[in-house]
Amino acid sequence: MNELFEMFSFSFMQRALIVGIPVALCAALLGVSLVLKRYAMIGDGLSHVGFGALAIASAFNLAPLWVSVPVVIIAAFLLLRLSESSKIKGDSAIALISSGALAIGVVVATVGNGMNTDLSNYLFGSILSTSQSDAIMSVCLSVVVILLFIFFYGKIFAVTFDESFSKATGVNSGAYNMVIALLTALTIVIGMRIMGTLLISSLIIFPALTSMRLCKTYKSVIISSSLVSVICFVSGLIASYFLETPTGATIVIVNMIVFFLFTAISYCIKPLRG
Amino acid sequence: MPILKCENISMSYDGITVFNDLSFDVEGGDYLCIVGENGSGKSTLMKGLLGLRPLKSGNIIYSDGLKRDEIGYLPQQTGAQKDFPASVYEVVLSGRLNRRGLKPFYSKEDKTAAVQNMQRLGIDSLKNRCYKELSGGQQQRVLLARALCATSKLLILDEPVTGLDPIAASEMYALIKKLNSENGITVIMVSHDIIAAVDNADHILHLSNKELFFGTTEDYTHSEIGSRFLYHNCHCDGCERHSRYHHDSSHIHKYEGDGRNE
Repeated sequence: MNELFEMFSFSFMQRALIVGIPVALCAALLGVSLVLKRYAMIGDGLSHVGFGALAIASAFNLAPLWVSVPVVIIAAFLLLRLSESSKIKGDSAIALISSGALAIGVVVATVGNGMNTDLSNYLFGSILSTSQSDAIMSVCLSVVVILLFIFFYGKIFAVTFDESFSKATGVNSGAYNMVIALLTALTIVIGMRIMGTLLISSLIIFPALTSMRLCKTYKSVIISSSLVSVICFVSGLIASYFLETPTGATIVIVNMIVFFLFTAISYCIKPLRG
Repeated sequence: MPILKCENISMSYDGITVFNDLSFDVEGGDYLCIVGENGSGKSTLMKGLLGLRPLKSGNIIYSDGLKRDEIGYLPQQTGAQKDFPASVYEVVLSGRLNRRGLKPFYSKEDKTAAVQNMQRLGIDSLKNRCYKELSGGQQQRVLLARALCATSKLLILDEPVTGLDPIAASEMYALIKKLNSENGITVIMVSHDIIAAVDNADHILHLSNKELFFGTTEDYTHSEIGSRFLYHNCHCDGCERHSRYHHDSSHIHKYEGDGRNE
């Protein structure tokens, strides 16, 4: 117990908690919609775009978040548009954009000043070295995402469940798809700090899939995945401190364990329900 | 004044014209069935009516009483819905969304309407059940309840009995007929099921690449195109019955005779 107190007496650990919990919440909320809309890989694609943007930002000595936020938002809109026009299918479009952006990022970074620590932090996550200004911006953006999600809750459900019904009955579903894209883009950019480019999509996908093992209504899935996400984040952070493992990867492993746990429970419950 | 008026509409699919110069009216309280072979443009026409697909030319005029957000739509189920975690209540309530505008959350009125529509279709006992665990017939009722939440005037149904067993299908037809006759809701239904269409609807629109029919069901069963489509090589009870009716034209002659005598 004392060790726990000691752990959170470090300011970098406090900051990690303050930044991480809202981001974990955002990712869980949006993850449900993305998984159900079959857009689970969008998180992965956008995070690579984010990496490319960061590489360019650091090559030109610009503030990383200010560059990557708009770039990733534009990429999110493009991806949704591309998957609507069926010339290039959604999954191929994501693969195209993400590998392209990653390649640009790596080349720009190496030509500029070699792979410096900042960039490799973005690849694998560096929540423990978040700067104060980054932390403040991350928290603000997460709060905005959570508030917008609550405000649009009913619409996001309707557009996710049945887009053509919404559109046919006069709901502006295109606009709400854009809202989902915007919120996703924001979540990805701020989440990259914690999990890194390579692991951020797990923060989006795992809590939603885990909750869908057991929960049967949309509301309960949303609530459960928020809880699962936050609990996994906090326990992953603590575990990584004691085991001295990389934070992002540890959180993903905790998520995996919980996923298998929920799956096992769902198989145990099934015979009982008949 | 008709509730819906289509004037010389043409639509195309992937650059190929599906139908040209189609005109028909739907009066309030009508039950119109759109039938035709695969690829004749039934679904395309329906998407045009719903504004999901642009028209190539022509006009669709909704009468002044009917706004875009007063149309109820029963789509075919998508693959994504088969494993979607949502309760029956959540699905039905989402039909009220078109009245909310930008306002967040649902009002008390919306919630009452959702419950009333569930009662109307006999699914209020399923309120908290998970949508994906219901039978096909129950799922269609849920989606119909959602469509009723969106409208009290016009229902557009896309193949509402696809994948249902015969009992669930006939229950579904009875339910739609009841909504049409008792509640005065105008129904436009796209269907493969020509026998049920003739049995239930009072107007038929037959789309076909070459010829076309629009008129009352009575006229349709006596028309050239209708008889060919209805009784072609089929000897089921329904076809036999309609076939007898078709060939028995005594009531028509009698009517014409009366007309001449006066």
